[in-house]
Order: sequence, then C-alpha cells, then structure tokens
Amino acid sequence: MKAGRIIVALLAGLIFGFGLALSGMMDPTRVQGFLDLGSIPDGRWDPSLGFVLGGAVVVAFLGVRLMGRLQHPVLDQSFHVPTNTKIDRPLVLGSILFGLGWGLGGFCPGPAVASLSLGLWPSVVFVIAMISGMLLHDTFIAKRAA
Amino acid sequence: MAAYWPSLIGGMLIGLSAAVLLLINGRIAGISGIVGRLAQGADIASNGAFVLGLVLGPVLYLLAFGAWPAVTITASWPLLILAGLLVGFGTRMGSGCTSGHGVLGLARLSPRSFVAVASFLAAAILAVAVIRGVGA
Repeated sequence: MKAGRIIVALLAGLIFGFGLALSGMMDPTRVQGFLDLGSIPDGRWDPSLGFVLGGAVVVAFLGVRLMGRLQHPVLDQSFHVPTNTKIDRPLVLGSILFGLGWGLGGFCPGPAVASLSLGLWPSVVFVIAMISGMLLHDTFIAKRAA
Repeated sequence: MAAYWPSLIGGMLIGLSAAVLLLINGRIAGISGIVGRLAQGADIASNGAFVLGLVLGPVLYLLAFGAWPAVTITASWPLLILAGLLVGFGTRMGSGCTSGHGVLGLARLSPRSFVAVASFLAAAILAVAVIRGVGA
C-alpha cells in the first residue's frame, strides 16, 4: 500500500508538471501579463491564467464530488483534508505576502519547482529563497504560535 | 480563443492530478504544503515522489513537443530573492498557494480558500502594478 501511494504521488506530480508546462504558467512573464490589469485598456492583457485556473477547478470539483461518495481513499484509511474553517490573521496576512512575492517574481510554488528541470539559475535561486522562507516560517513563527 | 486551448487543457490536467491524489492517496495536491513538509523531512518518500514527478513533468513536455516550455524571467536577482522569500514565508503562514487554496480550496468551496485567493490575487495585481509603474 505504501509503495502504491508513492507511485501514485509520482504519477500525480508528473501530470501536474506536464499540465503546468502545457498551460504556459511556468512562464513568469505570462503570469505577470495576467496580473497586469493596467494592460486591459490597450488590449495587451493575457487572460491565460483564468483558463488554467478555471479548467483546474472544474476538474478538481468533480474529484471532490466523487470523494463525497467514497468511504475512504483507494489507498488510505481516511481523507487528509483541512478541517480548519477559521478566517484569521495568518490566513489573510500570509496570503497577502505570498501574493506580493508572486507578483514580483511571477513564480508561485508549483511552476517554480517544475522549472528546475530547465536548469536556469534564476529559478534555482528563487526555489532556494522560497524554501528558506518556508523554513523561516516553520522554524520560528509556527513554533511560537504552537 | 484558439490560443487558450493549451492553457485550458493544461489546467484540466492540473485538476486531474489533484483529483487523482485526493481520491487514491487522500491527500491535497498543495505544492507549498508538499514542498514545505518535504523541506522539514516529513513523509519524504511520498512528498519526494510528487516533487520528482513535478520536475519531470516538463521533461515529458519536451519529449512530446520537442521543445522546453517557455520560461522568461525578467526580475533582477535581489527582486527574485525577495519574491522567493515572500512566496515561501507567505504560503506557509497562509496555509496554501495557488494549488492548495486556488485549485482544491475553491473546488472544495472552502470559505478560507476564497478569502486566501482574493487576498493573494489582489496583492499580486498590486505588486505587478507597482513594478510596471517603476519599470523594474
């Protein structure tokens, strides 16, 4: 069962990475082209990201509906989904900080990691900074809150 | 519209990946969560396998289409490092990114994720407006 879960995780990662490559969202310039609402009036706005998110949410939604009909996932005893429903300060502040970084660099975590395959130094540096930011939070902030 | 087919199909594959991981392994395909837990050394086999697949995905694209997907990075080094730190710190503090909150959270109709998505989209739009304004 454990080996099965590892193979499924590898396969899911592969589909995710291929999807990112096909969608165009590994390209920071294109992501910033979507986020640049100031370019709407002169017709340069790139709505690609809307199609990526729309397509992903619709298919994931079908998966979530199907989940509701299952007692447990195929290879595990229970579904590990978030149970927290509180809209609190860390959620909003963290999301704002993430959004600022996403806009400045044009990379969110998935495309940044997937782009490592291309061996470009800027994306390597971005991913190292990103993991440093994660560890910084998990080591100092999360521990203090716990 | 024709130009947006790859984006739509690519997005649907991302949704498929999330559905597969949820229905078979019972896990949320949130990249910041998976990478963050891997960085902490938690469940290395499964998280590592997913990340390995994620990195190999574009290689699959290269084999299928004979070219790498476009990646054009214009940010300067200091800006790139600042952006990476903000993305890493922010996604852990906010419990998710464009995949966990954006794809699965919205699909699960989670109010927390709707707030998260609205917050990070607004902040990202603001950040791009600022760099466009100063020409960075």
